[in-house]
Amino acid sequence: MSIQNNEIMIGLEIHIQLTNLKTKLFCSCSNDYRGTEPNTHVCPICIGLPGSLPVVNKKVIELAIRLALALDCKINNQFWFFRKNYFYPDLPKGFQISQYNKAGGKAFADGGKTTIRLNNHKKDIILNRIHLEEDPARLVHKGSIATSPFTLIDYNRSGVCLIEIVSEPVISSPEEAREFLKQLKSIVQYTGISNLELEGSVRVDANISIKGYDRSEVKNINSFKEVERALRHEIIRQKNILKRGKKLIQETRHWDDKRRITIPLRTKELEEDYRYFPEQDLVPIEINSDFIQKVKSELPEMPNERSVRFRKEYRLTEFDSYNLVLDKNFADFYEEGVKSDPSFDSEEYKLYCNWLMNDISRWLNNNNKIIQETKITPKHLVDLINAIKDGKITGKIAKSFIPDLMVGFNVKALIEKTGKRRISDKEYILKITKEVITDNLDIIRDFEKNPRALEALIGKCMKKTKGRLDPELTREILLELLSNKIKKYKKS
Amino acid sequence: MELYNYMGYELIEKIINKEITVSDLIQSTFDRIEATDNLLHSFINLSKDKALKKAKEYDIKIQKGKKVGKLCGLPLANKDLICLKGFPTTCCSKILKGYHPPYNAFVIERLVEQEGAIHIGNTNMDEFAMGSSTENSCYGPTFNPWDISRVPGGSSGGSAASIASGQTILALGSDTGGSIRCPASFCGVVGLKPTYGRISRYGLVAFANSLDQIGSITKCVYDSALLLEIMAGKDPLDSTSVNIKVDKYTAELKKSIDKKILGVPEEFFGEGVNNEVKSSVKNSIKKLESLGGTTVEVTIPHLEYTVATYYLLCMSEASSNLARYDGLRYGKMSQNLKGDVYDVFSRTRNEGLGTEVKRRIFLGTYALSAGYYDMYYIKALKVRTLIKKDFQEAYKKCDFIICPTMPSTAFKIGEKVDDPLQMYMDDVLTCPVNLAGLPAITIPCGFDSNDLPIGFQIIGNYFDEKGILNIGYQLEQELNIYRKTVPAIK
Ligand SMILES: [Zn+2]
Repeated sequence: MSIQNNEIMIGLEIHIQLTNLKTKLFCSCSNDYRGTEPNTHVCPICIGLPGSLPVVNKKVIELAIRLALALDCKINNQFWFFRKNYFYPDLPKGFQISQYNKAGGKAFADGGKTTIRLNNHKKDIILNRIHLEEDPARLVHKGSIATSPFTLIDYNRSGVCLIEIVSEPVISSPEEAREFLKQLKSIVQYTGISNLELEGSVRVDANISIKGYDRSEVKNINSFKEVERALRHEIIRQKNILKRGKKLIQETRHWDDKRRITIPLRTKELEEDYRYFPEQDLVPIEINSDFIQKVKSELPEMPNERSVRFRKEYRLTEFDSYNLVLDKNFADFYEEGVKSDPSFDSEEYKLYCNWLMNDISRWLNNNNKIIQETKITPKHLVDLINAIKDGKITGKIAKSFIPDLMVGFNVKALIEKTGKRRISDKEYILKITKEVITDNLDIIRDFEKNPRALEALIGKCMKKTKGRLDPELTREILLELLSNKIKKYKKS
Repeated sequence: MELYNYMGYELIEKIINKEITVSDLIQSTFDRIEATDNLLHSFINLSKDKALKKAKEYDIKIQKGKKVGKLCGLPLANKDLICLKGFPTTCCSKILKGYHPPYNAFVIERLVEQEGAIHIGNTNMDEFAMGSSTENSCYGPTFNPWDISRVPGGSSGGSAASIASGQTILALGSDTGGSIRCPASFCGVVGLKPTYGRISRYGLVAFANSLDQIGSITKCVYDSALLLEIMAGKDPLDSTSVNIKVDKYTAELKKSIDKKILGVPEEFFGEGVNNEVKSSVKNSIKKLESLGGTTVEVTIPHLEYTVATYYLLCMSEASSNLARYDGLRYGKMSQNLKGDVYDVFSRTRNEGLGTEVKRRIFLGTYALSAGYYDMYYIKALKVRTLIKKDFQEAYKKCDFIICPTMPSTAFKIGEKVDDPLQMYMDDVLTCPVNLAGLPAITIPCGFDSNDLPIGFQIIGNYFDEKGILNIGYQLEQELNIYRKTVPAIK
């Protein structure tokens, strides 16, 4: 049997740490646990000592409102917390303070959506709700959990604020999930609530089903990158079971990112009963509309708005602007650069974007870095583009400068250091082209029949000079030489 | 007269006037404990050396004319579930043996650190405050100073017995369904349970957190008012504590109660209530009328559902509140570490928790389970709302509700241990107050034919501690039995 993509239903639950908070969700311990001595950022509240009580960090509400607004959710004017009861060594109170939207509970915000683009069409990913909860402690093992001789518990993470975004099961392919998460990551970055580059700042659970069959829930996907991989695997697994004529069962599975497979955790009958009930150590929290308005007025421009503006202001294509704004740092770099030179216009706007999205992105990907971690400044790229425009260097030379620019050299210094500048001396170019023609008479014979012969010759000239010849002049001179040669050839 | 027979406020005066030293007082306290506690077993842990050292420090300060706080070194007994930094706080449970909290509860900060009370030790209680007799303690029961064959009530039985027997001057308790008022009534002392939110619960180990409230047990209403003045108020560390003006309670005690309307709910005088208790309470009502109070009949129609409602809610909450005792971070872990982490958790809890605590965890877990939640927990919440409404209706007609505290006087040790339901029924007159979150005080109003004390309960509207203390004080002065001491303990 064949299963179409529109028969696949994926819903995601995305847990994001609000890493930009100073303190934890319910106590005044530092929120920044990474790289700290284990069990030093703790207090009676976040290790759940008898008699301790939680107090809601007010800043959390502001950050949650920012995200809710950016995702178009309906923020409830009052919300409260529930206890989710289960035993686990990482959970010091034997329950997690979370939220619940059943049994009289209310999420922080309901609904919401975000628009993704995939293969030139748009789709709204509809959200169910967002809610707040506390992170459990971090369990540390030697090697894998299965073979480690011990489990260590670091409570520094215990009580860090998580925001959970729950989508409706409207995602119909791993690619859509990837685009949704890309968009979500971008929105989180713009709202300034979290730095998702930090390890462990994101965890995803995914519900996956084929229409008409029982769903499985895949837990423990620990990065956005892994989600697409896990979904792909799980869909194939489900399809294979159906192909073999077997039955799919409702179950919870675990994503093993080392082996890149999902493994069964428990079936529906053994589903844990969390005995959700209201957390009465905390009073319901009112959110008035004035405060929401205030947060709204302070909200920075969101990626979708920025993309529209970039199309207008810098005359970029829809594709370019959509991709350019996804990473706020990139988009900020772009704007700072193109604004710094008043002589820039449509052509340079486009060039600047291309350089960022192609050569610089490639370098960043290959070196596994983000742009802030490099030394290139927006001005450096402006200089590079101007140097090409002014005929000081060729595009090819410019490309060769990129690795040095990324580590902090400026264009002028690089031209001097490498001695690479564009050669527009006609005598010199003539000399080189003549040499190339003499060496490649076989190509010349093809010239009339094969227009690509000219390109091949230009390439040979460039290779001989490490790309420094002015490409336009070289073309002109070559053409002239060749047509003379051909005339002569025909005459004789 | 021995020092331990004086009221707290009288001793403060004596200390300020330099008639006695703090050391005299603390020494006499420990002498009294040593003479009586092998029979009463009010205390499970004493802090003698530290207390005597502190007393000396205060005496030096007083000599130099320096301030030592409003409580001037008065001895304070602490219930074993209020956290005291560095002092074993075990909730009288095996599972918390050896646990020393690293921080002070809010009330300890106020009473001891700020106002100079001296902590002398922790008192016995039902394990995790679950019980009405102080028989469910891992350290064994406390005995009633009026008759040591009887229970002192519970769960704050150690605190009430220590006050009644003069082992201390001030004592702390906690009240979830009557845990202050029941033992205060059985031991013939004053027990105050303030409005939910009036005193911070920070540092009070939770039994049922929507019902728990810290309060005091004292010999007289004046001392109770004095402690409340110090303990009441908003605490940023307890979100449920309320920012409402704290009255100068001691200054309001002597006001006339003329024209105050006192509501008498007939349901609180039903068949379950012992006749001697009824007649003693009615006698006191007449006294209040003679002081100018007007009585009216009021009704709390849902009273018959309160015990069931109360137990469903407190057990549900307890099942979650007590989940943290797994032995991993503090307390006593099982020595047998075989199996996986769940095996060790189960074994630790099985070995460390007592029968009554387990019973409540099981029932509470059941009530919160999928499929039963609506039927039990949600339904109980709805009844709780009805009970609150009953009281609000009653307070349209009256200023205070007056009734017995307990349906009977102290019963015999062991009499009800095999019949938990019978024991639960003893909370019928106290637990509605917790369900509604109201303040209430119990004061001794007489004795039955066995010479056992009877308690009179005054229930106020929200945050009207001022009012109930005023009524209580007036009745106490009128009855004038509060100085009556327990018979020789032997
Ligand atoms: Zn903390």
